[in-house]
Amino acid sequence: MLTAAVSYAQETTSNTARNLTLVLFLLLVAATLWLTIWASRQTRTATDFYAGGRSFSGFQNGMAIGGDYMSAASFLGIAGIIALYGYDGFLYSIGFLVAWLVALLLVAELLRNSGRYTMADVLAFRMRQRPVRTAASISTITVSIFYLLAQMVGAGSLVALLLGIREGSTFLGMTPDTARLVTVVLVGALMITYVAVGGMRGTTYVQIVKAFLLMCGAILMALLVMWAFRFNLSSMLGEAAEASGRGSAFIEPGLRYGVEVPGDSWQTFINKMDLISLGLALVLGTAGLPHILIRFYTVPNAKAARRSVLWAIGIIGTFYLLTLALGFGAAALVGAEAITAQDPTGNTAAPQLAEELGRRYLGGEFGGALLLAVIAAVAFATILAVVAGLTLASSSSVAHDLYANVLRHGRTTERQEVVVAKGAAFVIGAISIVLAIFAQNLNVAFLVALAFAVAASGNLPAILYSLFWRRFNTTGAVSAIYGGLLSAVLLVTFSPVVSGAPNSLFPEVDFSWFPLSNPGIISIPVGFLCGWLGTVLSREPADETKYAELEVRSLTGAGAH
Amino acid sequence: MTQSAAGSPSTSEPAARPPDSSAYLAVEQSPDFAVLRRALRRFVFPMTVAFLLWYLLYVLLSAYARDFMSTGVVGNINVAMVFGLLQFVSTFLIAWAYARYADRRLDPLAERLKERVERGEG
Repeated sequence: MLTAAVSYAQETTSNTARNLTLVLFLLLVAATLWLTIWASRQTRTATDFYAGGRSFSGFQNGMAIGGDYMSAASFLGIAGIIALYGYDGFLYSIGFLVAWLVALLLVAELLRNSGRYTMADVLAFRMRQRPVRTAASISTITVSIFYLLAQMVGAGSLVALLLGIREGSTFLGMTPDTARLVTVVLVGALMITYVAVGGMRGTTYVQIVKAFLLMCGAILMALLVMWAFRFNLSSMLGEAAEASGRGSAFIEPGLRYGVEVPGDSWQTFINKMDLISLGLALVLGTAGLPHILIRFYTVPNAKAARRSVLWAIGIIGTFYLLTLALGFGAAALVGAEAITAQDPTGNTAAPQLAEELGRRYLGGEFGGALLLAVIAAVAFATILAVVAGLTLASSSSVAHDLYANVLRHGRTTERQEVVVAKGAAFVIGAISIVLAIFAQNLNVAFLVALAFAVAASGNLPAILYSLFWRRFNTTGAVSAIYGGLLSAVLLVTFSPVVSGAPNSLFPEVDFSWFPLSNPGIISIPVGFLCGWLGTVLSREPADETKYAELEVRSLTGAGAH
Repeated sequence: MTQSAAGSPSTSEPAARPPDSSAYLAVEQSPDFAVLRRALRRFVFPMTVAFLLWYLLYVLLSAYARDFMSTGVVGNINVAMVFGLLQFVSTFLIAWAYARYADRRLDPLAERLKERVERGEG
């Protein structure tokens, strides 16, 4: 009798939450589509489409960078890792933040001054256009698709979870599997629309809105968590550690990364190497992510690019500090058992925490349903903004690098280029939807770390050599990009994340021989080495005049677009 | 390739008056540009090495010095937590220091040289 009443009450809550969530999702979609259409009216030239007319302020772009960068993997993922494994989630977030110093000190301003629309503009500046642009474009598309796929597969299961669609239940007549498929297709259709209709302006607006919502949601939840612990960090950590059942190990490194396996020193060694390898890829990858790099073109000059990175560091840093409260808060107030019951990877820790906080502090069951719905909508906005940025980066590269410069040798009109870019957004979007549907039941979470590893191993060496090393030449650029890209992808292919382990992409087969899950510790040096070897072995002299132009332009902004 | 810019000739948006390559070459070899280059590199290269080593130290300690990292500081706050928070502090401080340095030292030099290139002088 009592149980029936309780379960009835829970049923009503989840129905309220589900309806509220659905309403907020629809509002969000309507608002972003309206912004996109508004943006499309201001989008006429290629510069509007690729770079938002270079009209955004440092603050706006800083927000948009935050919106582009803080993926669902950051928001839900890191909160979830902290909730389940404690300290190691924090360790993970630090790499994502420190990485911005590489972008600030070495890349952002120089790239803004010397490039125009894509990463390849800078890499090909003083090189032979076709080989370098082809390589840069392949790398851009690879990195973006990996990242995109991880987000979209995640989106499918996440939205189903956020809407509370569980196995055996139906929603609007859909089973969970159908709901996941519909979500993937809808998310794909939305990201294509943002990019094809709104271009960089539309995408930027969506990212700014998302960053604002995400920060508001995270601040609200962190305040409620801290309120629950009377603003005492130590007691929050203590209660989280106690609730986790792992004691003080929960607030120390080692439960998730670099795990020590008693009696197996080889595996312990591998786990620790994996942690260092991951750390390297995170800290060096950010400044090589194409969808981040093209954001620097949306501001009028290098000084504004510098301002935008400063804002981004402030926003992203604050966000990861708040995540600390969300993760440990979820561990203490929701508990690992309740979290893993919903999602074994912990992705629903933040929404579950929202429900709990709402129930405690915002007026009972309805408050819980309301805050859950708000945080679910924020998570949905997070996914949309990131996939839009990725689609834009790859379609820009297809149009500007492959079509205009490689295929047509630069003999195209502005209008043709934009038409191709919009077409490319459709094709890339469609491919991602299909791949995400096929990958729906595969474990593709490793793809985000792989995208960072490729960016750090292929793109970053090419960018740094281009900007700072006079002798660097076409062969060097092409070798760095392909060397870094191939070594990262091949090592992962033959690692336990793809085969040979219970949580592999293909658990039934085993063709793994590379023991690490993260290739960075090998592939990043390989990328730098390939760039150097390619340059010195080819004996092709660097173009002195073009280097002079690149150097003066990148440092002073003379002749910048 | 005849155009001076990295992009294709397809799109409009030319610089007000595209500087020719001789102006770039002359400026690049001028002592003033050497001052700017040195001022930039003197800050960013050592700072990059410093924060990468500082981060690597944190990761290595997290992997290999767990006893040290689990030492208590205040209440349930241990060395690992303090070390992690210090990574945030150092990141914010370095970003602030660079912005200040760039605003004061680099921007005026860069602005003068930019005008020289755009006037077509060496």
